[in-house]
Amino acid sequence: MSHIDLTGKFTIHNWPERPEIATQEGRNKLVGLWLFLGGETVLFATLFATYLALKNRVPDSSHPLTQDLYSLPLVFVMTAVLLTSSLTSVYAIHHMRNFNFKGTQLWFAITVLLGLTFLCLEIYEFYHYVTDYGHTFRSSAFGSAYYFLVGTHGAHVAFGLGWITALLIRNAKRGLNLYNAPKYYMASLYWHFIDVVWVFIFSVVYLMGMV
Amino acid sequence: MNAVTAKKGFWGTVWEYLTTTDHKKIAHLYFIGGGFFFVLGGIEALLIRIQLMKAENDFLAAQTFNEMFTMHGTTMIFLAATPLLFAFMNAVVPLQIGARDVAFPFLNALGFWLFFFGGIFLNLSWFFGQVPDAGWTSYASLSMDSSGHGIDFYLIGLQIAGFGTLMSGINFIATIVTMRAPGMSFMRMPMFTWTTFVASGLILFAFPPLTISIFLLMFDRLFGSQFFNVSMGGNTIIWEHLFWIFGHPEVYILILPAFGLFSEIIPTFSRKRLFGYSSMVFATFLIGFLGFMVWAHHMFTVGLGNVANALFAVATMAIAVPTGIKIFNWLFTMWGGSLKITVPMLYALGFIPSFVIGGVTGIMQAVAPLDYQLHDTYFIVAHFHYTIVGGVVFALLAATHFYWPKMFGRMLNERLGYWTFVFFFVGFHMTFFIQHFLGLWGMPRRVYTFLGGQGLDLGNFISSLGAFFMAIGAVILVVNIVLTTVKGKKVTVNDPWGDGRTMDWAISSPPPVYNFKQIPLVRDYDAWWYEKMKGNKELPPSEPLQDIHMPNGSIIPIFISLGLFIAGFGAMYVPSNIVGDGSPWGVVVLVLGLALMFGSMLVRSLRDDLGYYIRKEELEDDVERGGKAI
Amino acid sequence: MEKYSQREIEFRFKKSREEMRSQFISFGLMAFLTVISFIAVGVGFPAQFVIPFLLLLAVIQVLFQFYYFMHAKEEGHGVVMGFMYSGLFTAVLMIIAFLTIIWW
Repeated sequence: MSHIDLTGKFTIHNWPERPEIATQEGRNKLVGLWLFLGGETVLFATLFATYLALKNRVPDSSHPLTQDLYSLPLVFVMTAVLLTSSLTSVYAIHHMRNFNFKGTQLWFAITVLLGLTFLCLEIYEFYHYVTDYGHTFRSSAFGSAYYFLVGTHGAHVAFGLGWITALLIRNAKRGLNLYNAPKYYMASLYWHFIDVVWVFIFSVVYLMGMV
Repeated sequence: MNAVTAKKGFWGTVWEYLTTTDHKKIAHLYFIGGGFFFVLGGIEALLIRIQLMKAENDFLAAQTFNEMFTMHGTTMIFLAATPLLFAFMNAVVPLQIGARDVAFPFLNALGFWLFFFGGIFLNLSWFFGQVPDAGWTSYASLSMDSSGHGIDFYLIGLQIAGFGTLMSGINFIATIVTMRAPGMSFMRMPMFTWTTFVASGLILFAFPPLTISIFLLMFDRLFGSQFFNVSMGGNTIIWEHLFWIFGHPEVYILILPAFGLFSEIIPTFSRKRLFGYSSMVFATFLIGFLGFMVWAHHMFTVGLGNVANALFAVATMAIAVPTGIKIFNWLFTMWGGSLKITVPMLYALGFIPSFVIGGVTGIMQAVAPLDYQLHDTYFIVAHFHYTIVGGVVFALLAATHFYWPKMFGRMLNERLGYWTFVFFFVGFHMTFFIQHFLGLWGMPRRVYTFLGGQGLDLGNFISSLGAFFMAIGAVILVVNIVLTTVKGKKVTVNDPWGDGRTMDWAISSPPPVYNFKQIPLVRDYDAWWYEKMKGNKELPPSEPLQDIHMPNGSIIPIFISLGLFIAGFGAMYVPSNIVGDGSPWGVVVLVLGLALMFGSMLVRSLRDDLGYYIRKEELEDDVERGGKAI
Repeated sequence: MEKYSQREIEFRFKKSREEMRSQFISFGLMAFLTVISFIAVGVGFPAQFVIPFLLLLAVIQVLFQFYYFMHAKEEGHGVVMGFMYSGLFTAVLMIIAFLTIIWW
């Protein structure tokens, strides 16, 4: 196995069943990305812990609390959009493994559109809190903690969108090969993790905030 | 493109180091960078001890003294001890597991440059005259109140360096998981590789809380958030918890690799297999695991309540068990061995009693009621210097002598090495042993002076004298390094100590760029020792001689780090900063810096970076060039 | 580089379709769990019931994400899942601490 031409021509006939780990680089990346997600778990746990410690901690009663702010219908739509985008990226990887380049690109493009929708909804939500309630990053410890937690998730979404978009563009002419198959796979893992974090955000921040 | 044959001038060498992704060169960079900051932190320590040499001294002003101990602690932990350990991890771990490089050579370089730019950022505070002054713990109630940008230098500098450390941690775990040579099962891994593995796991889970806590404080100071503003609902205890959730594992991140280094040195010079290998592995895991549940023992006097204090006290005492297992294993390794007292072995012999003292005083502080008495006194200072200097620094000095031939191809002078040890060991105990008593006699830490005639004068004088002894030892080491580099004898054998046990001693010193001409087959624990005992001169290969794939070098890591460095300055001068000297230009610089960082990342991602091959034919006639691997 | 015959490829596609079906089912379950948790809060059950219930549903959803969507049930994930669970353990420990001993 001395020279594998990673960027060479592939067909379904020599495309490995698990292309993302067919190379040493791919195996390294798989482990490295999961480890990174392990670190991210603790990072978000720290944010959740801070949020829970500062939840509803405001200077005086003029400030809105969780029950005044959150609107569940909006959160439900956001959840539905993000969960669906998780499924579409599963489709993309499904096609990647079957050496269907067009399918991969298409389903990742749909993932990006859904992610963009989610991000717009989140920006709308923040804008709404700031203008209608005066609930800002600086207005109270509660505000700081809320925006830091949800905003960090939003920043991850934005980064993921940039990542996947860059992948779609860079590979548009290259097609599928063993050099970029791990790249697609890692982007999808990261994208799923964003949804994992959101599961806890809608449960712990929004739903529990309304209980 | 072929790094094996190329001969380069001075600037060629500089360029090679700036763009390198070779773990052995990155080890050199870490060693030089960490060594530089170690000297810096040492000078700060000396200034502290000069100030405390006599009662009511006015060598340093109170504010300068605060800055000095803050920078000493921060520099030593983040910028000296951690990178020096990374130097040895980089130099040794891939060789010990029979790999050609780490899993992510590019990230490895990026990790180094982030650490380096972060360290420079922190130390630029001296030139701005606004130096961190709230202690290395930088408790929020104090640091929110600090004037000037000192704390901002601390926060942003550590944030940048911290990203680098996190990357390196992930890199080492991935390397150890995926890159082991055939036959190198987990339970055949050398102890240093094991401790690197566990310490990297601790990095992975301990640095994210630090990242977040730094962001919290940074947002409060620079962007007007309210996390620690009590009148707006904030809570400064959050900082203390987060800092120690990071901070306690951090000291194990330092000490576990140190244990690993001694676990290599002691069997080598006892010429005997490490006693209780599997219990060593188990103890390492246990220390790592317990390390995450004891952070609140730094906070006994905060008032968390008796239940919490009792739980954390018991958990802390439990750590003595795995540590004790290790101490006994080292003793039993030496027991009945044929000891050879070399410089590294001397440090190992000095380490055991010194570290035990540090461990015992640790148990004393774990007793929460007693801690109320000991808290914030010199007893604490004595304790952690016994563990960090008596443990980590001794290990680093030992490893410097032990691995110098493997890293640089020359032997350090043995005689000068003995002198370093004598001065350092004697100076260390002089400096810190008496501090236990100073603490018990009531001297608080972090005060810039003390009144005469209270029984503290002599103790402080002895302590300061000891610090000079340590400095002399360090100077001798530097002289030794310079002399060795200039005219030291080149090492021509693979195993200069003659008793190497692990695979790093089976290849030339320093190893060729590809490490192993053929990836070896591991047939037992202590693979190289096993082959030697079988009468073999080389490790058995696990693959035919074939082309070797190598990663390309890259200048991009420097640009990514530089972008973050520039963005850090921008962030410090945003209009909303607490100091009140911000301007819109701060935002511009922040955005430009981030653009440089993300732009460099994008350039890296958009291109195909396929590495290059060293051809089989080149390998075959590489024997006389010191590349004889198998 | 291994070559696959037409029959092998057809078999692969078949397996792949089956796997995609199970992915779709897990998506359906996750959507269902999400709806249930919103309903549980909307209906207004007591907090002592709703909070543990929400956490349980969240954990189940995350396991689906990990093992189906993120393919952690495929081989080669042993060590990384070990690290993942260590991270989750640290996470839980920290959150418990911040709910109990933050000194209000």
